Amino acid sequence: MLGAITILLVFQLAGEIVRLLTGAPVPGPVIGMALLFAALVLRRRLTDGRGLAEIPETLVNTADGLLRHLSLLFVPAGVGVMLYLPLIAAEWLAISVALVASTLVTIAVTALAMTWLARLTGRSPGEANGRGPE
Amino acid sequence: MSGDLREIWVYLSASPLLGLTMTLVAYQAGYWLYRKSGLNPLLNPVLIAVVVLVAMLALTATEYSAYFEGAQFVHFLLGPATVALAVPMFQQLQQVRRSMTALIVAVVAGSATAASSAVGIGWLLGASRETLLSLAPKSVTTPIAMGIAEQIGGLPSLTAVLVILTGMTGAMLGTATLNLLRVRDWRARGLAVGVAAHGIGTARAIAVHPVAGAFAGLAMGLNGVATAVLLPLLAGWLRI
Repeated sequence: MLGAITILLVFQLAGEIVRLLTGAPVPGPVIGMALLFAALVLRRRLTDGRGLAEIPETLVNTADGLLRHLSLLFVPAGVGVMLYLPLIAAEWLAISVALVASTLVTIAVTALAMTWLARLTGRSPGEANGRGPE
Repeated sequence: MSGDLREIWVYLSASPLLGLTMTLVAYQAGYWLYRKSGLNPLLNPVLIAVVVLVAMLALTATEYSAYFEGAQFVHFLLGPATVALAVPMFQQLQQVRRSMTALIVAVVAGSATAASSAVGIGWLLGASRETLLSLAPKSVTTPIAMGIAEQIGGLPSLTAVLVILTGMTGAMLGTATLNLLRVRDWRARGLAVGVAAHGIGTARAIAVHPVAGAFAGLAMGLNGVATAVLLPLLAGWLRI
């Protein structure tokens, strides 16, 4: 647990340093995510056949724990809505219609493009096939 | 007696403990309702927690900055949680590799749709220039969206709020939309909520299906990068 948190913070810090050095328009944590992903792929390649192919269990458990309540982490920024209530009230129609319609259209376009393109590239969804609520 | 209470209140409202505890309690209450309802997307725990907390802060006349003193400890965890998304992505590596091209094209299409439809609809309905520029990166995860808003001339903190409202909208209405369109591929379902509703959509996808969760996390990251690169260029060309 402590080791896993240290790993996550080290990669976040590395991402932050890469961002500062390169001036990339992407935040440090997202670069950190890419770096950790690359490190996991590299680790599997280097240790292939020695029974170390899987991710350390503690990292899996800690990541699971953090991500299970990912939405909690958005609450403090969400409460910031109170600072903008007057502005949002003044333009409530434009803001709410734009938010809701744009979000639904984006979901539809992305899902249909993915379904269509995956079918076009000729590979069946196989076990990825699913239905139902999410 | 009431003097003692006031003293306790003055002491607590100056310490980070209160804001932090309130955040966790409000979220737990929201999450409990969400679980009780069988994960009904309309009872989104973020929405419930935000409504409860805004009401409590308003009732006690507490400033947002005082609340954030405590809540920042929760807010900070967004960084490590974003890094942690690499783990489910790695676990679904086979799935991701098999559909790489389709995935990238779909994310770019979604990214362009998100920004252009939000700005287009807002403009038609007479939103101010500042609101439009703050609205453009609304589907991107909070830290990237704030950076983009700053770059193109929006209000970063308004963007943060619009991003979270968007995330809640996507998490609440995504299921119905995808069922209506008869999209059954978990990859496509996850990808769509990740592009449109970033981390809040991803949280919903993780709770529902591991493949959807991994694709949502990946979509969130890729959409952030795509929008961060494309939107400033687009805003420059259009001279908005």
